[in-house]
Amino acid sequence: MCGIIGVIDRKRELMDGSSIKQALSRMDERGSGEGAGYVAYGVFPEFKNYYAIHVFFDNIHESKGLVDKLLSEWGTVVHDEEIPTSDHAKIRKVHTPWRYFFKPDATLMPRSTAPEEDIVTHIVMKVNTTMPGVLVFSSGKNIGVFKASGWPEDVADFYKIHEYKGYIWLGHNRYPTNTPGWWGGAHPFNLLNWSVVHNGEITSYGTNRRYIESYGYRCTMFTDTEVVAYLVDLLVRRHGLSAEMAVKALAPSFWDEIDRMPEKERLLHTAIRLTYGPALMNGPFAIVVANENSIVGFTDRIKLRPLVSGECGNRLYISSEEAAIRTMEPNVERITMPRAGSPVIGRLIA
Amino acid sequence: MSIGTVPMKFRVSIDQEQCMACARCVENCSYGVFRMENGVVRVNPRHCVACHRCLAMCPRDAISIEERPVDYRSHPLWTTEVKEAIFNQARTGKIIVAGMGNALPYPVIFDRLVLDACQVTNPSIDPLREPMELRTYLGKKPSHLDLLTKENGDVELVSTLVPNLKLDTPIMIGHMSYGAISLNAQTSLAKAVNEIGTFMGTGEGGLHESLYPYQGNMIVQVASGRFGVDINYLERGAAIEIKIGQGAKPGIGGHLPGEKVNKEVSVTRMIPEGSDAISPAPHHDIYSIEDLKQLVRGLKEATEWKKPVFVKIAAVHNSAAIAAGIARSSADAIVIDGFRGGTGAAPRVFRDHVGIPVEAAIASVDAKLRQQGIRNEVSVIASGGIRESADVAKIIALGADAVYIGTAALIALGCRVCGTCNRGVCAWGIATQRADLVSRLDPEIGSKQVANLIHGWTDELAELMGAAGINSIESLRGNRDRLRSYMLDEALMTVLDVKSVGA
Repeated sequence: MCGIIGVIDRKRELMDGSSIKQALSRMDERGSGEGAGYVAYGVFPEFKNYYAIHVFFDNIHESKGLVDKLLSEWGTVVHDEEIPTSDHAKIRKVHTPWRYFFKPDATLMPRSTAPEEDIVTHIVMKVNTTMPGVLVFSSGKNIGVFKASGWPEDVADFYKIHEYKGYIWLGHNRYPTNTPGWWGGAHPFNLLNWSVVHNGEITSYGTNRRYIESYGYRCTMFTDTEVVAYLVDLLVRRHGLSAEMAVKALAPSFWDEIDRMPEKERLLHTAIRLTYGPALMNGPFAIVVANENSIVGFTDRIKLRPLVSGECGNRLYISSEEAAIRTMEPNVERITMPRAGSPVIGRLIA
Repeated sequence: MSIGTVPMKFRVSIDQEQCMACARCVENCSYGVFRMENGVVRVNPRHCVACHRCLAMCPRDAISIEERPVDYRSHPLWTTEVKEAIFNQARTGKIIVAGMGNALPYPVIFDRLVLDACQVTNPSIDPLREPMELRTYLGKKPSHLDLLTKENGDVELVSTLVPNLKLDTPIMIGHMSYGAISLNAQTSLAKAVNEIGTFMGTGEGGLHESLYPYQGNMIVQVASGRFGVDINYLERGAAIEIKIGQGAKPGIGGHLPGEKVNKEVSVTRMIPEGSDAISPAPHHDIYSIEDLKQLVRGLKEATEWKKPVFVKIAAVHNSAAIAAGIARSSADAIVIDGFRGGTGAAPRVFRDHVGIPVEAAIASVDAKLRQQGIRNEVSVIASGGIRESADVAKIIALGADAVYIGTAALIALGCRVCGTCNRGVCAWGIATQRADLVSRLDPEIGSKQVANLIHGWTDELAELMGAAGINSIESLRGNRDRLRSYMLDEALMTVLDVKSVGA
């Protein structure tokens, strides 16, 4: 199960978190009250040039010093604070959520073409694989992930997400089977500016994980979803594919379709399948991926999970359920159901 | 007399009540077990190898064969095989040569691995009603794609792809040479792979003229003896394979007893009639990995870079590092041949004691190539001991792109795995060059049987994938999460990178 929703305002007009909370709650039938989360883009305008490193500490006295030290080795923290939460009867605060605004020292990664991003990726992998009781769950610029164990409306109130304003929001209502109750297991998953919400199960996870790990990523969150964030980072950021082509690599056309294409197109799609075979994602899934410029929604190649999209003015909505979109925007137009494997893409135009 | 006779391996008896003295057994047994005396069939069971040709041809089920009716005193260390090898060598002072694969009862890793299936949280996929993709491309692949998005939004491919072999199923037939097996056997296999849309190897025996119509499905082999190799041969193959070693006898070259080298074999293999074809242990132009790289390039140059070049090595302790070296050459695929691989003839001591199982070798090769970030750039083919579709699924999940089968294809032609291929009198017309025996194997029928086998396995593989919620073979490859170990030890589980059942 699980319910997902994403929205982008293509002219960067900001939306507060109250309406996505309503929309996600509308899909409570798809969840179990054991995990929910949101991500918003554009929420830290005063720190927009800094990486907003969000951390869960199991015991802040034990481990915060280690994270502070690691960050100071790789750059400068200009501000850090506990992420504000409200006392909430239904959320048991098992972690202390903290955020750092961090500027990496690019000179420390001299041979890299994208030193800042590589430093932040390194820090995320290092913390999550070597520091027990600490989890970095959000690491982009001007981006915040808010997730915990609970129903979507309770998680939203706990983090007071109505106080944040963003031009892209994703939300996820979880029905866990793997790691119930663990905040780290809730979606969205984030790396740098990539965030992912996912409904489904990736049967090719074993192949995808081993492929992505051969490029230096480390899967640490015991769930198949994080691999999507890393695959997108690899294909789009490091290999320079467009969003459309990245989706074609993750959910490619069937050989039967490829065989019927005109020659040039056939060669292109054959090349994608040959080169990115280990990135192909199998199994039932509907996914929305966001970065600072766009959101992309797509499903597995035979659409074993629902996905609908709708538009209203400058806003594009993608969700598991039409009802959720209508809750957020009663005047929604052009509700469509994308075909299996075909992406729905919303990009900024301003 | 010092050693004297040893107990017979098989007792052959004839139910005289049933026997109608038709003499089919006399005619069919190429080992000289049966004779007709005064209208009654008599037997000399000492010659029997249990090839079952007589049983299969007897119209009255009158023949029975019993294994080891009189055995030695049982002993866990001084087994029958050990004692008889000693008798044999005490008499001859020679290396013992035997046929088929490893005959020691090592545990079979495949049989300690189980596959996964979907329940509830993800739906299984029904290959009868949904697309199921087994198509496999073997060959070098780019590490990433360079694409150009034009102003009108069209995407153009900038990277170029090198030629790959396109397989409709990940099951191929391995290299068994003309000489080791008969022309009718090779023709049966060739027709089968042509019908199925897959490939077979020629082995180190050249390519007989009558197989030219199937050359589009043949992988030609260059081994240390260079038998049958000329430019005509290279150009005819769909791909070229350099054989460094073979799982049945790692570290040594091929053996073809002179008895099997008749006129046709001699012409195809380019050696004198009746001569033993003993290939050198190493390639004498390959003493290092950089020499191999040159031979790969040499073969590619000779065929104008139009054909994939494979390199086959026996699965040995250091296969992973060797494979990583091969991957750095222009080679398109690495074949890993496990220690259960069959052979027409091999020294018994090598067959039974040298090399490692293909399951462990593939797992470590796949892992090593991934660590070095080059796994998808080269293909990995597993061979040696693949017995059924489940083995295919398991070895692909451990990291192989495709498999070669050998013995299984011969069994589909009638082979009973009697293990005496080296004697050249195969009663099934498979591992022999004797015209009367070869004529027993009809390539029309044989090819149908082999094609049926591969077809059946391919359908089963599709069903296994569908049950695991996977509709494309790429997503099974290296997907060790879909395997569980059942009673393997922890060290081996680490090598295979699989969890225990229940975990």
